[in-house]
Amino acid sequence: MMAKTQYYVPVGPIHPALKEPIRVEAEVEGERIVRVDVKRGFAHRGIEYMGMKRNAIQTLYLSERICGICSISHPYAFVIGSEKALGIEAPPRAQYIRPIIAELERIHSHILWLGVVAHEMGFDSLLFWTWKGREKVLDLLELLTGNRINYSVFMIGGVRRDIKESQIKAIKDAIDFYRIFTEEMKNVFLSDPVYKARTRGVAQLSREMALKLNVCGPVARAAGLRMDVRQDNPYDAYADIEVRAIVPQDIVGEARGDAYDITLVRLYEIEQSLDIIEFCIENMPEGRIMAIPNYVVLLSKIKKTKGEAIGMHEAPRGEVVHYFKYDGTRDGPAVWKVVAPSYNNINSWAPLLLGAEVADIPIVVAYIDPCMCCNDRVAVVRDRDGRIMDYSLIHRKAVEKTMRLKRELGVRA
Amino acid sequence: MGKLYSFKRSLWVFHASGGSCNACDIEIIAALTPRYDAERFGIRLVGSPRHADVLLVTGAIPRDFADKLKRIYEQMPDPKAVVVVGCCGTSGGVFYDSYNIAGPIDEIIPVDVYIPGCPPRPEAIIDGVVKAWLKIEKLEKQLEGKE
Repeated sequence: MMAKTQYYVPVGPIHPALKEPIRVEAEVEGERIVRVDVKRGFAHRGIEYMGMKRNAIQTLYLSERICGICSISHPYAFVIGSEKALGIEAPPRAQYIRPIIAELERIHSHILWLGVVAHEMGFDSLLFWTWKGREKVLDLLELLTGNRINYSVFMIGGVRRDIKESQIKAIKDAIDFYRIFTEEMKNVFLSDPVYKARTRGVAQLSREMALKLNVCGPVARAAGLRMDVRQDNPYDAYADIEVRAIVPQDIVGEARGDAYDITLVRLYEIEQSLDIIEFCIENMPEGRIMAIPNYVVLLSKIKKTKGEAIGMHEAPRGEVVHYFKYDGTRDGPAVWKVVAPSYNNINSWAPLLLGAEVADIPIVVAYIDPCMCCNDRVAVVRDRDGRIMDYSLIHRKAVEKTMRLKRELGVRA
Repeated sequence: MGKLYSFKRSLWVFHASGGSCNACDIEIIAALTPRYDAERFGIRLVGSPRHADVLLVTGAIPRDFADKLKRIYEQMPDPKAVVVVGCCGTSGGVFYDSYNIAGPIDEIIPVDVYIPGCPPRPEAIIDGVVKAWLKIEKLEKQLEGKE
């Protein structure tokens, strides 16, 4: 009798650490993955349906709860789309406050991702170090908005909180801190030989593949595509700043589109965000922060409006697109459609996992993952011995591969 | 027997995220990282519910996920405690009228501690886990009394 060579590895949907439910089903032959299938939909909450029953201001806060890490990106796309549909414009001061909050969120999201990736590779002290650095931006966001996460600071036609003189000082302090911290992170991540060996060529997406799979955000930029909503379709203060997409060919000369390049793009984007915040606080105009300060007036205006629009924002993970239609009969959107970067980026998992090793699953999933903190899984493998392979075993395999590389490269622990 | 020594030393936590928006989940991880450092109390996340003393659940639970949550709960050894993190798990929160929500978590599995907030701060999460600890100690005393 022929021995069975292919085994079925279901990964997820329940996940031990910081993840949302998703299921990856893989068939493995030895260490190689020969077939992959991604199943999603475990976290479906019917948000669009609920939004179409509520009024626009309630829906704005609902949109914030689509993703807790992108809790500025969704409201940002929402307010931009709504303002276009209503034909109003936020006052200039609000247009400068919004990018400050959005870029602070990008910094916290990128640092979070760097920590998660370090953890997946077995560098746990690096996870703790990066997350310790991340607390500073959360403190600043709390000072500016009143909450560490889920800020509730945007409003259709402006922002709800002004930035005071004392807060500008705190922002400047944080910028100084992150200039140094990002330099340190660049040293740790980009010049470490083991990190490089573990990420070079892993999760590699060519330019053609990236176009074919419709990936967006840092994943697409790492493959060398110059795409960034802030550059292609500028809004608010981004129009004054002339943001340029960060691509690896501008930094190191060539774009390979692998996990190492994505790290590079994310680290340089933190610096770009610091520049944008600095520009915004230096050039912030005086004046009002809300176009229509009275919510009752705003809602009755929405009720009388007929129109549709698309709002877009460059979230830390890619482009967020919100489509609205106000039909003039109710004070909320008649049609509301959200496209998050996750939809595009998860498509690249299956082709990238094909032919990869089991020990690379955490890396591929973590690198490409749209929701950076949702890449974990419990894998249960039942082979003929009834042996169960759970997540910790896969994680141990990932750590072992890192250690092996360390030995091979002659790096002392 | 009935002496549950392991609970006196440390508390292992399993984290299940249902239809959560990730905000609570990243705050749970923030509670473990150096600023809040829950591991100094011996509280640590484990990779399997079979090793866990406390189950942390975040988010309103979608229909698809309810039976999986029940299975996680059943896999945990007794005595165990369930801590719900965040408003959506406590009451449904902003998702109360969704067609795909199976209900607040206490309609699916028994819950001992609720931590409200959207999301709760890491301090609140640590406080909630400590409250679950007190419950386990109480259970232990009852077990000892029976013998």
